[in-house]
Amino acid sequence: MSLMQSPMPWLLVIPLAGATLTMLLPDRWRSAASALGILSQLVAALLLSYQVIQSGPQIYAMGNWQAPLGIALRADGLAMLFILMSALVSSLCALYAQSYLKAEKRANFWPLFWFLWASLNGIWLAADTFNLYVGLELLTLAAVGLVAFAADERSLEASIRYLYAALLGSMGYLLGVALLYGAHGTLALDSLAEHWHWGPTSQVAVTLIVGGLLLKTAVFPLHTWLPPAHGGALTPVSALLSALVIKASFYMLLRFWIELDIYRHLPSLSQLLGILGAGAIFWGGWMALRQQHLKWVVAYSTVAQIGYMLLMFPLLTAGQSDASQLAYQGGILMLLAHALAKAGMFLAAGNLMICTGKPDLQALAGMSRYRPLTIFAFGLAGVSLMGLPPSGGFSAKWLLLQSSLLSGQWWWVVVLVLGSLLSAAYIFRVFAYTYRETGEEGDRFARPALSMELTALTLSVASILLGFAAMLPLQLISLPGPLMEALP
Amino acid sequence: MSSDLIFTFGGIGLCGLGLFGFIYHRHLLRRLIAFNLFGNGTFLILVGFAQQGQGNSDPVPQALVLTGIVVAVAATALALVLIRRWFQLKQATELPEDSQS
Repeated sequence: MSLMQSPMPWLLVIPLAGATLTMLLPDRWRSAASALGILSQLVAALLLSYQVIQSGPQIYAMGNWQAPLGIALRADGLAMLFILMSALVSSLCALYAQSYLKAEKRANFWPLFWFLWASLNGIWLAADTFNLYVGLELLTLAAVGLVAFAADERSLEASIRYLYAALLGSMGYLLGVALLYGAHGTLALDSLAEHWHWGPTSQVAVTLIVGGLLLKTAVFPLHTWLPPAHGGALTPVSALLSALVIKASFYMLLRFWIELDIYRHLPSLSQLLGILGAGAIFWGGWMALRQQHLKWVVAYSTVAQIGYMLLMFPLLTAGQSDASQLAYQGGILMLLAHALAKAGMFLAAGNLMICTGKPDLQALAGMSRYRPLTIFAFGLAGVSLMGLPPSGGFSAKWLLLQSSLLSGQWWWVVVLVLGSLLSAAYIFRVFAYTYRETGEEGDRFARPALSMELTALTLSVASILLGFAAMLPLQLISLPGPLMEALP
Repeated sequence: MSSDLIFTFGGIGLCGLGLFGFIYHRHLLRRLIAFNLFGNGTFLILVGFAQQGQGNSDPVPQALVLTGIVVAVAATALALVLIRRWFQLKQATELPEDSQS
């Protein structure tokens, strides 16, 4: 198949070309080239989703080299959802960065931004475990570069911590892949699933892979690198990292979990992941409640929200088809709602910090009167994170709740409800600061550009609309494909 | 004992040493070297363990190791740049211990 017949390779070619071109072009052309790239990415993503919806999962061999030596790409419903999600979030973050970053910084932002997007698409479309590794490493390098981009001491420290944690995680993953290849003689996910047999090697391999991915997803108690990295980076970068980058390793974990039938064979490991998730919900929420730095509140909230996504693993029980389906749908919807809401919340928080010129919560006094649009965006994102109806977060929690009742695991209901109360507490705490009046005049505040306020609002509104349109993503991920076959 | 097994056990040993060094040491360069040791151990396991029991050599693990080396070099280079900048700013070779509020 040539490059022209499928939009799939373009989802990798365009961002890689964008990364190279934006490095080579003169500074003043870089933003224009990126705008063109973003538009063509959106077209390619829509074309591919049309193909997947019309004619089922698509396979593409890069340059006609067949696996195992060639690079095979695969797009099913779940991959499509992630491609569309990253297209939406990245393009809005790019729009925000265009106004947020000063011209000379922006020129260097674009190459890293495009590498980040290329590696995300590479992970969503990868059909074998080694391409997943390459995507994950490229993602790490781009993300660490973006964190260090803020160019102050704290962000440098955060980026070194992030890099070291991420390198350890991906090396653990690679060691697991090496053992899998030794035991099964294949790297492709579908043939691994076909020839899967449990033995000591497979068990060690799965442990290494799961451990590495948990470290990269910043699952409690391996989350300590996340708050400084996400809280200290520049605002559009924080949004990209929290909304998309941590989802990549989670997505890989999910694919392994379902396609290789881990959930059938290791129910105790599933429960362990659920317990880690519960720990993340409580610890992340508690720490978010204690922060004085606005972006650190949002960053710890990411730690807590990762916990909700992990709750889908113990609920994916073998034997109970309905409960598993609900858990799968609820988990994915939770992930999608978090991506939209958290990107919107980080961008809104960035706007607030531009207004006050200070990072701490104390400085927010009087802000609700001065910047109602941004506060509204922050609040809508908060509604989705708390899981109040009618937001995307609510639908997701509702599905997870039903699943835990159906499978008789009532204790996760308690975790869901208490966690929501905790998130309400830390979000209302931020609000309480904005309603305070200090008696000073409002005109000491700086004013963010209108496009920055609107991008934050668009993402937050999208996270609420997801509650009304939850059927669309759920239909997309329920399209026939390798993942759906592996679910009970 | 076949050479594949020697490679595998050598690789496991290197991985263990690397992992220990990565967790135990605080000096950033030492940790980076330990990471590279861990990586090399993984590559040895890839070529050794993956070819167990087959007479002819399998090209796939070799291609993987080549890609892995490229990735490891890139990561090491990025880490070195960050460490150098850290040293210029703080005159320190270690990260401050966690002091989270």
